[in-house]
Amino acid sequence: MNYKAFMAMLARDARVARRNIVALLFQTFLQPLMFVFIFGRVMVGSGYMPPSYKSLLLPGIMALSMVGTGIWAVAMPLIGEFQFTREIEDRLLAPMDISWVAIEKVVAGTLQALAAGIMVIPFAWLLLRPGVDLSLHRPILFAIVALLVAVFSACGGLALGCSVEQTHIGLMFSLVVAPMIFFGCTYYPWSALANFPIMQKIVLVNPLVYASEGLRATLVPQFPHLSLLAVFVALLGFNALFLTVGLRQFHKKAVS
Amino acid sequence: MAAGIRTSELRKVYNSAPPLAAGAGGFSFAEKRSKGKQPKPEIVALNGISLDIHSGEIFCLLGPNGAGKSTTVGVLTTRVKPTAGQAWIGEHDVWKEQSVVKRLIGVVAQRPNLDFSLTAREILVFHGAYFGLSSHERNTRAASLLERFKLTDRADQIVRGFSGGMMQRLSIARAMMHDPQVLFLDEPSAGLDPQTRLLLWEIIREYNRGGKTVLLTTHNMEEADALCQRLAIVDHGRIIALGTPQELKSSVPGGYLVRVRFGQDSPELLLRLQALAGVREVRATENNGADLYADRGGSLVSEVANLALAANIELCDVHISEPSLENLFLHHTGRSLRE
Repeated sequence: MNYKAFMAMLARDARVARRNIVALLFQTFLQPLMFVFIFGRVMVGSGYMPPSYKSLLLPGIMALSMVGTGIWAVAMPLIGEFQFTREIEDRLLAPMDISWVAIEKVVAGTLQALAAGIMVIPFAWLLLRPGVDLSLHRPILFAIVALLVAVFSACGGLALGCSVEQTHIGLMFSLVVAPMIFFGCTYYPWSALANFPIMQKIVLVNPLVYASEGLRATLVPQFPHLSLLAVFVALLGFNALFLTVGLRQFHKKAVS
Repeated sequence: MAAGIRTSELRKVYNSAPPLAAGAGGFSFAEKRSKGKQPKPEIVALNGISLDIHSGEIFCLLGPNGAGKSTTVGVLTTRVKPTAGQAWIGEHDVWKEQSVVKRLIGVVAQRPNLDFSLTAREILVFHGAYFGLSSHERNTRAASLLERFKLTDRADQIVRGFSGGMMQRLSIARAMMHDPQVLFLDEPSAGLDPQTRLLLWEIIREYNRGGKTVLLTTHNMEEADALCQRLAIVDHGRIIALGTPQELKSSVPGGYLVRVRFGQDSPELLLRLQALAGVREVRATENNGADLYADRGGSLVSEVANLALAANIELCDVHISEPSLENLFLHHTGRSLRE
């Protein structure tokens, strides 16, 4: 690995992110925060939802923002850069193994997902208060879960970004991302699916379930949640799987 | 230390349409059957290319679109994995020592593949950073390259809005940023106006005077003739001729080419043409035409006209070419490079 080239590529991604910061902020936070407002304020305020829903919703919104950000931050540039213009060529020609170019994308995506996760908590808290009952009693476990979620989002972005053609971006969102979000236990805990036993089993193939439940377990442990052990094992497994698939697809795209 | 380029029996067969980077084109097709499925077309892009390009040389691959020039450059620059054969930059095997090789080479692709999210200056500076140049070094070098390629005015603008010519100049500046020992330029002057083309030629010559090896591809014979010390003519993934422009031109029988077209087909007339003084070879071509390879040009025309008149056959078209690489290509392939 060439440390200097790797850091230079991170600096390049930081420069591009900084240049697009306003668009990036809207893209990351607008939708989750609108959701927070409608469900956490409007629905709770008018009595259609119990007040405790505010606390239940927040970890799910954090998972959603992180996963959305990570996938978007890695997949969209890759889809674009591997197209007709081959913008990625200058990095593929940098003096290091091309796998590191992919890993750099994953690191950049992880950092962006972590930033999104950290920032969405105060935003959502401001929108929802009063009545949000967060308890950060296990900060290290929370940090580990957050990191695993961020890495999952970036590795998922790598696998998707190197497998999807530009013309299929719309399809990627409607076939992969949207079902993942709705069946990802973001707006409800996994235990709420108890009335739908088959679906409750099926959604376990969705990595977002473990992201939401893991953050729920470490932020609002008063609600029912999956065990942290299951969350760690599943997220580690998904991360390894997506990284492996992503790197293989990246090589296929990069070298003809 | 300057480095040369060597390849040994390079072969590349695509099982699907060749990617954009390899310059898709009309290769030869051969069908391959697989169980129960539609046969996949095999596209032979390179069919045994062996080259030995000396260090410090300007070498040119000349050929029509789809001949395999870009694929050869792709293999030599780690972007295309060959199906068989080997390639070296200096003493380094391109596919076994990729990182070392990438340090030695600078690449200008056929299409501008600039980083469209950055400004012109940032593109150069970040490129320098990927190659480990110090901050001072990369800023100074970027400024001087921007100046040299006449891009200083637009240096701090995002390159998405640049014209094709500006993008091309910036691509070349970027390839030179880390001062590579070997510079690859894939059709560098495509889309450049004549003035910029001359500037580019001068820059390439100057770079070469510093002892650097330059490999460029082109389908423009004038460019090959003006720039290269040696060249290889490539067609259908094979090298069909290799040497200095002078050697190659003089290898055409006679040197001159007189292309004629008659009102009707007459093998007898062609036999008479063959007997004219100075005519080395006569080849029948499409539409009642003939190519006369001869050691003279203009003076032959009146004799051809007289023979046609005597045979009562109309002479419809005459074209004289002086000794050129175009004639050589035509002689080898029966096709014009311009077609």
